[in-house]
Amino acid sequence: MKLMLSLLATAVMSTSVWAENIAIMGGKVHTMTQLGTMEKATILIKDGKIAQIDSDLRVPDNYRKIDATGKVITPGFVGALTTLGLVEVSSSAGVVDSTVKKAGITKTGAALDVSYALNPDSSLVNISRVEGVTSAATTISNVDTLFYGQGAVMSLGEEPLLKAHAFMKVDVGSKGAEESGGSRAALWVALEAALAEAASVEGKLDAKDDWDGINSRADVAALKKVLSGKMPLFMQADRAADIRQVIAFKKRHPDINVVLVHGVEAWRVAKQLAAHKIPVIIDPEFNLPGGFDQLGATLANAARLEKAGVMVAIGMDTHNIRLAAQHAGNAVANGLSHDAGLASLTSAPAKILGMQDTIGSISQGKRADIVIWSGDPLEVTEAAEQVFVNGEPIKMESRQTKLRDRYLSSQKESHAQPTQYLRP
Amino acid sequence: MQRVPSRLSVAVACLFSLAIVGCSTTPKKEQQPNGKKVSINPDPYPSTYSPIDGQPTIIRNVTILTGTGEKIDNGAIYFADGKVVALGADVDAPADAQVIDGKGKWVTPGIIDTHSHLGVYPNPSTRSHSDGNEMVNPVTAGVWAEHAVWPQDPGFGRALAGGVTSMQILPGSANLFGGRSVVLKNVPNRTMQDMKFPDAPHGLKMACGENPKRVYGEKGGPMTRMGNVAGYRQAWSDAQDYIVQWERYDREFDEGKNPKPPKRDLKLETLAGVLKGDILVHMHCYRADEMTVMMDVMKEFEYKIGTFHHAVEAYKVADKLKEQNVCSAMWADWWGFKMEAYDGIRENIPLVHQAGACAIVHSDSDLGIQRLNQEAAKAWSDGKRAGIEISQADAWQWLSANPAKALGIYDHTGSLEAGKNADVVLWSGDPFSTYSQAEKVYIDGGLAYDRANPEQWPVSDFELGQVGEGDIK
Repeated sequence: MKLMLSLLATAVMSTSVWAENIAIMGGKVHTMTQLGTMEKATILIKDGKIAQIDSDLRVPDNYRKIDATGKVITPGFVGALTTLGLVEVSSSAGVVDSTVKKAGITKTGAALDVSYALNPDSSLVNISRVEGVTSAATTISNVDTLFYGQGAVMSLGEEPLLKAHAFMKVDVGSKGAEESGGSRAALWVALEAALAEAASVEGKLDAKDDWDGINSRADVAALKKVLSGKMPLFMQADRAADIRQVIAFKKRHPDINVVLVHGVEAWRVAKQLAAHKIPVIIDPEFNLPGGFDQLGATLANAARLEKAGVMVAIGMDTHNIRLAAQHAGNAVANGLSHDAGLASLTSAPAKILGMQDTIGSISQGKRADIVIWSGDPLEVTEAAEQVFVNGEPIKMESRQTKLRDRYLSSQKESHAQPTQYLRP
Repeated sequence: MQRVPSRLSVAVACLFSLAIVGCSTTPKKEQQPNGKKVSINPDPYPSTYSPIDGQPTIIRNVTILTGTGEKIDNGAIYFADGKVVALGADVDAPADAQVIDGKGKWVTPGIIDTHSHLGVYPNPSTRSHSDGNEMVNPVTAGVWAEHAVWPQDPGFGRALAGGVTSMQILPGSANLFGGRSVVLKNVPNRTMQDMKFPDAPHGLKMACGENPKRVYGEKGGPMTRMGNVAGYRQAWSDAQDYIVQWERYDREFDEGKNPKPPKRDLKLETLAGVLKGDILVHMHCYRADEMTVMMDVMKEFEYKIGTFHHAVEAYKVADKLKEQNVCSAMWADWWGFKMEAYDGIRENIPLVHQAGACAIVHSDSDLGIQRLNQEAAKAWSDGKRAGIEISQADAWQWLSANPAKALGIYDHTGSLEAGKNADVVLWSGDPFSTYSQAEKVYIDGGLAYDRANPEQWPVSDFELGQVGEGDIK
């Protein structure tokens, strides 16, 4: 491993201009495709993409070989629902782009667009990617409107924007009700009216058109993408009754690409969710009745959803999206299959985001977002040893590792100089 | 500061030695017409805890982490009458003892969480249940968390399934002085007193940094960290004066002068308890520089900070923490939610441990408390990757021995040693694995949680008759 890391250190200097060809050899590869897990396989990376994967493969001459014998390899993890790139420090520390107060351009919130706000220099990017998270769905988490704007899919590499207008969130539980006058009786009517209005507009609203709708002109344009199914609608709900309303909504709007988010009581309506092919994004560790919408909270949520045939994605956090693997591990400890646990971090969120042809699995033609792990990634004691983003081995370094190294060094020997002169 | 024993300090001492004759009958009230000296009852809300009936039990063929830094492979532990009787490679037990085959399993001391808000910030977390922060004044040392603990919080049962046998319930961190804490046994019951850890000293919650200044910045202050420190210093100074008043009263009474006793001040009574060494200080503090200022305040007023809580930057001043013998209660990896948490690193806990300072894994979370073993596992393995070699047996001290010491209950619990309380967890496997779970949790030898027996899982009143009653939690 040491040899491998030193080899990589030199590679880090390379840029995407002449990205080198890399062969990762001999690792146990969770492809997250029909090929399943290959006990010993070689992956060829060329021009930022996966060129080939096979268990018996001759590596061409112009490939740098990395020995991953005894290691575990997965696709880079896809944060299922985060605010990455939109926040540095959450509280009392300046502008947080994941929070939007009343903005003139929008009436229902649909128009908001985080693709303008992504900051690839955020320290969270390095801190998350050295632990195996290579891309993430990111969006606004705090609004006082009906919709949470248009989310994006972000790469934790040099070019942050993978997909703009990737999804839109709406809360149809208690929080949404609070923003809609304090009742679901208002919330659902508002949601249906906003969509109906957008649907009634033919073509594009022009600035010179008279318009005095529930939505602003920009909202209408965004909602049209939801109505056509291009932009998935993430519907947040916990209470089983609310989730049944989500299912009824899907029946009324078969073209809308509905995803259930949070879903603490989703297990109670798992069969119906499966029947209507509604995937869910959950935190499987929620097992407490935080309110009257979560009375059925249980650690068995993920396992029961899987059993009913529902696609499950795991990973709702931001500063600690790196802990999604632990969350999935705990779902596995409570009955989720290990395969579904890995899928919940990779192929499932990729599919939910309509990005399955790009990220979330290891197969020919996919973006080479790949992680070499010391062992089972769902074990809290294992770690990412080398991460590749878009085919490049990243420097396994962050603000946090530098702080660690500075103070490790100052603890080891008493220096003649104060700490601030120590460069790790 | 003079350390002349006063009635107050003698009375507080009764907290720790109930054997002293007369303590329990100490007169409660202050104003006596003549002749009788006024004293304060230090324990007006006594524990009514009684253990669950246990049966003598021996667990054999099991891997044991003793909590004192030892690991016994393929060992045995026998406990009876609420106490650990013996443990080792081979242990004798009476023929009628219940025998558990621990093949492939692990035994540890019960986990002790020094930082929980269960009961004061319970689930459901409705506004009407929000009882953890008396946010009306920056100095509310007179409030006690135990007066607000709702024992029907379903969180107690969830924590039990995670192997937590005792915990400290703290007031929140909005105030410079948030109030007194209480230590509970995690046997969910009808009342706080039924759960109260007998003989555990009180703690005092204090808070550094952003929270007090954020809460009071526009409500009369403190508005800055300067104001925070001025607030502590003024309060300690007032408490010194309060002690002097009572000492004068004691002295004059003893001289036969029939003096009027000082007016009782609940806030200063708590602070005086700290200055006299009877109440342990638990201080919410993130930044290294700030913790160091607090240790100077501590020296200035001659009290002891027992533990810095959260201590996200403890790794930067681990040598100073060791020197002053102050514990750090930490998360494995929380960071970034505010500026003072910006420099959190994964190796905080192992770095503090390596420096020889006292390291504790804490939760401050109703979810985190359910898997503190995993928090320790993360810190342990992150340390190992950074070249800090710590044995699992040593690392377990972060979860039981060190917190027990920080709470003043190590004589009773926190390690598996003959004569100590049988607070024991049987794990399905190596507790440093995500996939291992607590199978059986014994508190004082009584089986408080048995994963294999859903009929016996605790269900709080709140959950009875609701969706999810008795489900897997």
